[in-house]
Amino acid sequence: MTAQIQPILEAHPDLTERSSADNPAVNCPQGKVLEVLTYLKEEQGFDFLCDLTAIDHLDVEPRFEVVYNLFSTQRHEYIRVVTPCSGVTDPICASVVSLWGTADWHEREAFDLFGIQFDGHPDLRRILMWDSYPYHPLRKDFPLAGIEVDFPSEELMEQTGARVKAAPMAGGPFHASQSGSILDREPRGADESWNEHNEKTESPESTTDIPGDLEEGQ
Amino acid sequence: MTATTDFGYNSKVEGEVIVSRADAVINWVRRHSVWPMPMGLACCAIELMAAGGSRFDISRFGMEVMRFSPRQSDCMIVAGTVTYKMAQVVRRIYDQMAEPKWVVAMGACASSGGMYRSYAALQGVDRIVPVDVYISGCPPRPEALLDGMMQLQEKINREKSLGGVFKNRPVRDLSFQKK
Repeated sequence: MTAQIQPILEAHPDLTERSSADNPAVNCPQGKVLEVLTYLKEEQGFDFLCDLTAIDHLDVEPRFEVVYNLFSTQRHEYIRVVTPCSGVTDPICASVVSLWGTADWHEREAFDLFGIQFDGHPDLRRILMWDSYPYHPLRKDFPLAGIEVDFPSEELMEQTGARVKAAPMAGGPFHASQSGSILDREPRGADESWNEHNEKTESPESTTDIPGDLEEGQ
Repeated sequence: MTATTDFGYNSKVEGEVIVSRADAVINWVRRHSVWPMPMGLACCAIELMAAGGSRFDISRFGMEVMRFSPRQSDCMIVAGTVTYKMAQVVRRIYDQMAEPKWVVAMGACASSGGMYRSYAALQGVDRIVPVDVYISGCPPRPEALLDGMMQLQEKINREKSLGGVFKNRPVRDLSFQKK
């Protein structure tokens, strides 16, 4: 692995090799990310941005990392570049839309679901959730069931009285057991003692509690 | 010798006149020309399309006229996962359909949220529109859809059809609002 990225590491001493199960990967400091990615695209031939995503480490500093998966259409090689974001609750990362047009929607997705502000993005709006949605759902402190908020349409709320509510998880998310007879491997929730009819007894570590600092401060 | 009675329509005796109830006639007309609005949101829409094909042939029940305009249709088949972002669109299309109108929730997602217990999925389309028939399955087979549509025909047949002829019928109560 190291042999493949040795020239890259030599050209940019700020980069460090990152442990990886598949393709070569490097850690890149946030301040250098645009420079390094430009170098990889222009001089190393990694001309295709396969994916741009983010990782939330929650209690680890730095909390958010942005991951770039690059591919070279000439050499048929992959490389992964990972950069930490500055800022804990409102992370900031440099935008690479100027390098790859496809980064536009990828960065909007990472902004929508992780709340990462991409500095220099031409049109940083939500892409999956609606514009007035106050949270970033893929953050680790956001419960899978969701948090009760208003519907995107006021008209709909007036007509129906419906709100966006936390989904009834009933012990879920549901997992199929990885061992035993297939007859007993129906997907089950971790805690099936409660459902729509029997209220869940509140425990201190309830995952549906709203963390205090989850409100978006943009 | 057994006497046979002719129950058929005898135009000579009855003078070209049929006597019936208005409900019976109007409901007969309505239930045999349901024009569905295919609200295809996910994989259930594939089964919905299969139901329109020759193998299952929804036109046997007079429902083959799928209209993509809500103004021309009277039965919305919600086939798929309704996300919160899409909910307002579903409701608006329902509002744009002319009365009388019906809603069929096709499949687990439209009926109850299905496997999507998450922050993004509406937990049953009956929270925003009044549903007449729920069809189970993930996705339901075309036969299940046809059975659901036949249940809808039965339901239409039991309706008081004249109630709304001269004025707009009020939007029916949603089940969750009655609590």
